[in-house]
Amino acid sequence: MINLTINNKAIQVEEGTTIFEAAKHHNILIPHFCYMENVHQIGSCRICVVEVEGGRNLMASCATAVKEGMIVHTNSERVRNVRKVIYELMLSDHPKECLSCWRNQNCELQDLGNLIQISEFRYEGAKSKDIIDTSSPSIVRDSSKCILCRRCVTICNEIQGVGLMNPHHRGFSTFIGPSEDELLGESVCTNCGQCVLVCPVGALKEKDSTAITWEALYDKSKTVIVQTAPAVRAALGEVFGYELGTLVTGKMASALHELGFNYVFDTNFAADLTIMEEGSEFLERVKNAFTAPEKDAVLPMITSCSPGWIKFMEHRYPDQLSHLSSCKSPHMMLGALTKTYFAEKMNIDPANIFVVSVMPCTAKKFEITRPEMFNNGLADVDAVITTRELGRMIKDAGIDFRNLPDGEFDSPLGLSTGAADIFGTTGGVMEAALRTVYELVTGREFPAANLHIVPLEGLDRIKTADIKIENPLEAYSFLDGVTVKVAVTSGLKGAAILLDEIKKGISPYHFIEIMGCPGGCISGGGQPRPVNDAIRTKRLEAIYREDEGKIVRKSHENQDILLLYHDYLGVPLGHKSHELLHTIYTRRSKN
Amino acid sequence: MITKDEVCKVQTMTEAEKYVLLKDVIIDYEKKESNLIQVLHMAQAIFGYVPAEVQHFIADQMDLSVSKVNSVLTFYSFFSTQPKGKYSVSICLGTACYVRGGKEVLNKLKSVLGIDVGATTDDKVFSLSVMRCIGACGLAPAMTINNKVYKQVNPNKIQRILGMLK
Repeated sequence: MINLTINNKAIQVEEGTTIFEAAKHHNILIPHFCYMENVHQIGSCRICVVEVEGGRNLMASCATAVKEGMIVHTNSERVRNVRKVIYELMLSDHPKECLSCWRNQNCELQDLGNLIQISEFRYEGAKSKDIIDTSSPSIVRDSSKCILCRRCVTICNEIQGVGLMNPHHRGFSTFIGPSEDELLGESVCTNCGQCVLVCPVGALKEKDSTAITWEALYDKSKTVIVQTAPAVRAALGEVFGYELGTLVTGKMASALHELGFNYVFDTNFAADLTIMEEGSEFLERVKNAFTAPEKDAVLPMITSCSPGWIKFMEHRYPDQLSHLSSCKSPHMMLGALTKTYFAEKMNIDPANIFVVSVMPCTAKKFEITRPEMFNNGLADVDAVITTRELGRMIKDAGIDFRNLPDGEFDSPLGLSTGAADIFGTTGGVMEAALRTVYELVTGREFPAANLHIVPLEGLDRIKTADIKIENPLEAYSFLDGVTVKVAVTSGLKGAAILLDEIKKGISPYHFIEIMGCPGGCISGGGQPRPVNDAIRTKRLEAIYREDEGKIVRKSHENQDILLLYHDYLGVPLGHKSHELLHTIYTRRSKN
Repeated sequence: MITKDEVCKVQTMTEAEKYVLLKDVIIDYEKKESNLIQVLHMAQAIFGYVPAEVQHFIADQMDLSVSKVNSVLTFYSFFSTQPKGKYSVSICLGTACYVRGGKEVLNKLKSVLGIDVGATTDDKVFSLSVMRCIGACGLAPAMTINNKVYKQVNPNKIQRILGMLK
């Protein structure tokens, strides 16, 4: 243990603790800005500087380890003066257009200025950069607002392993982004939006889709249909001041009706459908692998719900694309069904249907522009808005969210099971798939307490489980005694680890779930800020609560899904399914 | 290991041969990210500058993102992403040269050549750069053209010095 003094308090902490953490554990809050616990602690903004007696310069408390006998002052005259000067210097190269900035009142730079009592700007001078890159369908980069905190650099390099966001040039000319000649929209950017999620100011944001959504809502000739992803209901409440992890499913459905959407469907319905298609695809691959070697079945099969992950794979592992399930992501399936099955049923011209997806994701904005996601010249989905954008629309419309009654999703694409709910979190797609696949193979319910596969839950980077098959149904007798190995990862660095194993031919798994964002969709690039592991855990618990609250918790028991197959699709992997619910992938260059 | 002699032969090489040489350099440096600066040095020696295509080539060969390569490249003023002219004109702006009028000389160079610092004239004859103290403070303000030092220059001498080159 190390003994030190902070602000005249005698403190004992473990060796290796930073001054910042030591202070925090003893209720001394050091103003900070770029710090993100366990993720970004490199002192790049210098706001958290403290005075250490005997030291010539002030030290960044987030990046300085405690030493025996250290005497630290976090609030001395010198520290407070310097802190203000650092802040004012940051602001001297930042446009002060706060009133018209989309981050107004939700901006960490504003919060900090308020916290440290800034009342004047003493420095005005040249502005260093003015690049605005709108080339990406998902993310807009406005470097004039960037204050060079480098959080996005850490996320893009260390957590996602994409390596696109980097500092270029130096000193006053420094800017953060892809290299000078590269545009986001033409780069290896996966559109995951994790950089958007951590940007403290308005420099990185999602490409706005609220304007076209409003336009569609006001267009009387359009039938405007909305669908919501599983993770949205576990986080939207945060926008309206609810406690973390509050489920607002009913209020969300009401708010969408009040916004004027003609039908409010649930992406969860299509999540159940995904399990039917993807589970069947997995069983077919397994069957071929065990009984028809001449068919060269490709295993492990990898889930394909996360468009950020898909684009990463297309750039980095183009030779392994056959490992991906051919299933479209759930909201694309629902979009395709809305403009075919539903349009026929309701006798609406699909050209007059406008489908909006509310997603926790920025990559979905890119996904809907992929040429494979068009059917008969019509886009499966016309617009994607993030959870944050929906929050803004609800506020803008003057809807008193907290006092709304609990509403319902509309039929016939609104009913879902608990298996669909857990799609929103890491491990969820795999668990949902195994609930169905195990039962299809053995005729018995998956033998886990409360249907949860505990080793696949939680926020660890790579999670694995072994499922031994015993006494299967006759059609699957070849699986008797076989141990099915599955793996789950979230965040693209983890994905690269599992893919490198596949590339080397040493992957022991049969089935892998990959979600592009750490923690899965609950902390996708389109979710409310901030996000850290404590918040991820709250949202994750909410998702499992939603699952456990359902009577039906297995996708193959969703009556509306069975009806859809009976009335329209036929069988999983059938002709209609292939036309509407499955897709192909594109080889892309490494750089 | 690639020798200095091989790099010196680059004047007579074709573009394709230059890329082959650079590939050998990268293999010599074991494709390690920690050797990126050395690789960039050699790339600049081979090509004279490090344009976007060469950055792409290095990134692909070393399994890095182009952005990462560009990030390191643009941090160091030694590296150039623009082709250098036949004559590389550099003015020293170290303290002594600065106080003795280096800045005025630079401004004159900019207006005579019609280019900014770091750029090259359209006819590819002159490029202009700035140095921080070359240890010739006694000759301040000092200027170099292709590594030849010109001493105690002033704005009035610029036209004549440049005229003698062409």
